[in-house]
Amino acid sequence: MNRHGELHPLAWWLWAIGMATAASRTTNPLLLLLIIAVLGYVVAARRPAQGWARGFRAYLILGLVVVAIRTVFHIIFGGGLGETVLVRLPELRLPEWAAGIRLGGAVSAEGLASALYDGLRLATLLICVGAAVTLAEPRRLLRTLPGALYELGLVVVVAISLAPQLVESALRVRRARALRGASGRGLRAVRSIGMPVLAMALDRAVSLAAAMDARGYGRSGSVSAGTRRLTAGLLLMGLLGLSLGAYGVLAAPEQGSVGLPSLLVGVLACVAGLAVGSRRVLRSRYRAERVDPRSAAVAASGMVAAVCLLVTSRYDVATAYPSTYPLDVPQLALLPVLGLLIALAPAWVARSPTSPDSRATERPSATGAEPTPAVGAGRS
Amino acid sequence: MIRFDHVSVRYADAAADALSGVDLTVPDGELCLVVGRTGSGKSTLLGAASGHVPHFTGGRLSGRVLVDGRDTREFRPRELADVVGVVGQSPVDGFVTDSVEDELAFTMESLGMQRPVMRRRVEETLDLLGLAELRDRPLAQLSAGQQQRVAIGSALTAHPRVLVLDEPTSALDPGAAEDVLAALHRLVHDLGITVLLSEHRLERVVQYADSVISLAGPGQPPRYGVPGDVLGASEVAPPVVHLGRLAGWSPLPVSVRDARRQAVDLRSRLSTLAAPATSRAGGSVVLRTSGLTVRYRGGPPVLHDLDLTLAAGQVSALMGRNGAGKSTLLWTLQGALKPLRGTVHVGTEEPSALDPADRRTRVALVPQDPTDLLYLDTVGTECRQSDTESQRPARETRALLDRFTPGVDDDTDPRDLSEGQRLSLVLAIQLAARPRVLLLDEPTRGLDYLAKDRLAAALTQLSRDGTAVLLATHDVEFVATVADRVLVLAGGEMITDGATRDVVLSSPTYAPQVAKVLAPDAWLTVAEVARALPVPA
Repeated sequence: MNRHGELHPLAWWLWAIGMATAASRTTNPLLLLLIIAVLGYVVAARRPAQGWARGFRAYLILGLVVVAIRTVFHIIFGGGLGETVLVRLPELRLPEWAAGIRLGGAVSAEGLASALYDGLRLATLLICVGAAVTLAEPRRLLRTLPGALYELGLVVVVAISLAPQLVESALRVRRARALRGASGRGLRAVRSIGMPVLAMALDRAVSLAAAMDARGYGRSGSVSAGTRRLTAGLLLMGLLGLSLGAYGVLAAPEQGSVGLPSLLVGVLACVAGLAVGSRRVLRSRYRAERVDPRSAAVAASGMVAAVCLLVTSRYDVATAYPSTYPLDVPQLALLPVLGLLIALAPAWVARSPTSPDSRATERPSATGAEPTPAVGAGRS
Repeated sequence: MIRFDHVSVRYADAAADALSGVDLTVPDGELCLVVGRTGSGKSTLLGAASGHVPHFTGGRLSGRVLVDGRDTREFRPRELADVVGVVGQSPVDGFVTDSVEDELAFTMESLGMQRPVMRRRVEETLDLLGLAELRDRPLAQLSAGQQQRVAIGSALTAHPRVLVLDEPTSALDPGAAEDVLAALHRLVHDLGITVLLSEHRLERVVQYADSVISLAGPGQPPRYGVPGDVLGASEVAPPVVHLGRLAGWSPLPVSVRDARRQAVDLRSRLSTLAAPATSRAGGSVVLRTSGLTVRYRGGPPVLHDLDLTLAAGQVSALMGRNGAGKSTLLWTLQGALKPLRGTVHVGTEEPSALDPADRRTRVALVPQDPTDLLYLDTVGTECRQSDTESQRPARETRALLDRFTPGVDDDTDPRDLSEGQRLSLVLAIQLAARPRVLLLDEPTRGLDYLAKDRLAAALTQLSRDGTAVLLATHDVEFVATVADRVLVLAGGEMITDGATRDVVLSSPTYAPQVAKVLAPDAWLTVAEVARALPVPA
């Protein structure tokens, strides 16, 4: 059963994958900005109060950086295609063997626009990932993993949650170092803070490992070497098939019929591998994640957006890929806009029926009388 | 239940055995307390019972350890998880999940239990440890006492026969510590669990113990028996036992209740004597705050409108439950935190306006984890670095260190020092700057009685030399020994400020054992009583 009417953790990932698929099917900056706006709105409305949810801003900044890098690279190395020259940078003459590479020179509006579109698309994909990470608790996603992958998944999740702890201990050590009169800047500060932080991280990792061991983590039935090899082989084959298939379906659909069959083979091999591997696992689950109508609706709304953009990219190329040569003003069309607006639905659909607004219930603890609640100390 | 069969442990590269000649059996359903000085092998003994030693730590274990009939030689810790539950010193380091309920279920999931069984046991454990209202809370938002109870709960859900706890109350305020120990006491009585527990502050736990294992140190076999017998012969003992020895009681009492019944004579003898000297009044005011209000970004005020003075030559103790704002106050007084409103003045200067190097010559702070201040690889280089930092002649820091704890080798890695030695090193480094005010955050955590006595002597000497000392602590016995004045902080406000004797005698939570035994007379420590009594005939 899901806790307090929370969504199935996969729902948000499917929704975000839908949005990412939509973004990968267009270079229209208006549509891309609309996707980012939808992601931002839903995250702002449905973000859980826990610590890991504060990272969305970082993904937005990362997106901006991507756009900036893509544009700067275009200006320095880009082709001078296009008539509308905006500025003419000093051009560096390269020796003959480097013909074809250009440094500096004219910067045209057409080229710049195409670079911007491209960068924006990449940034949107990144922000999609960011939204999924923000909205779905990573540890709950872990529970939906098949048994054979559980232990690997746990290691990954524990490693992920070490990062904020590292930041926290770095801050602590820096604060402590100021007590010894250090300014906390410069190369020496890096060494004097880095050393204890690393030592602390190591100590923590060791004591966590010891605690997990003492709590029975990694108990498993005996398994023959043959089974282990079979599992590994099947999984490797499955992953190969999946990557090949995903590439075929998403990136190069015009390449013909490689995509779908290899995707299918990949899925089958993965399922078989996980089934064989899960047989040796003793673990049970305290909570099963169930699919409820709201989760399905969230996932479906993302899929609708993806389908709308897929259709647009096939039948309305001018909207999906606005021409940059000659430079056209990007247009909007009804279908993709409608599709993306449907993907906004989780902002309302995902609201839990038991706790009307998850953040409203968090508030009392944030305004309590003490910074650290000390209920345990309130005895007589 | 736990059988140690001629067990010795030697770690790799160690010159001597960490544990030797342990040959004893802890019977089923007993709460057994492990005592000993720092480095006497308490953690090693506990680790051996859970299989942690040597499977995880390395080293060589000779002899056999049998837990519920299973030899730890053949069973790794994870295969003992259904028999032994382990709770460490720092519960946060052992948490695998985010929320209380999931953490409680983790061990059972590893053991592959049925879901209905798991759900039932989680509910039972939530009730048993009083965690029911916290079930959905993220672990990071709990107080230290609550976290420790979750850690105990998560070890309990698998219904182990043995529970091994390594200093479970070291980070807790007296109230929270009592909660945790009361929960343990109930487990022993209701469920018949065998508990193996180590603790430095014996006064907290010894009345709950059925038996005691006293570790004498490297190369000597431990003593095992009923608490009164074993502690009577041990250098590590709570104040009531020392008082009992002084008064010549037999059998030696281990609890305040026993001692009070035997103390009728002593009380009447003492009541004819002059009352112990009152606390020293402070000299001139060194540090003064007015209207101090501190708040973390976005949160409510942690400290509210605080007026406080610290006087030269006085040791003040700052008490209050976990999360009351003690650490925040210390960091604000040091100047590292800027108050929202109000001021801190040392003389005429505000520490927060100075740069870090000047600040520490006015107010020095030894933080809760002194290791944070150390980053070089030997004690010698740390001392030399400190001399340069504080612009002192060579070896001044080293001389200070020798004054607090003589005999620390220059080539030792600071991380290999005992808690007491490490604290002395950090204290020496901070005092090399010759501050007028010294602040210490929980200095007695992890210290054994001998190290505490040394620290008390050092702090008393410092205050005699004119330094104003303020220490935040939960340790009521230490406060009774060292402090002239006690401040109690609750909900961000100073609710009490008075002479130690008046404050600790007025509330049972803060009263030391000797005061409880000898009430209504105002004696606080064994040393006071010893000084007052005429030499016995």
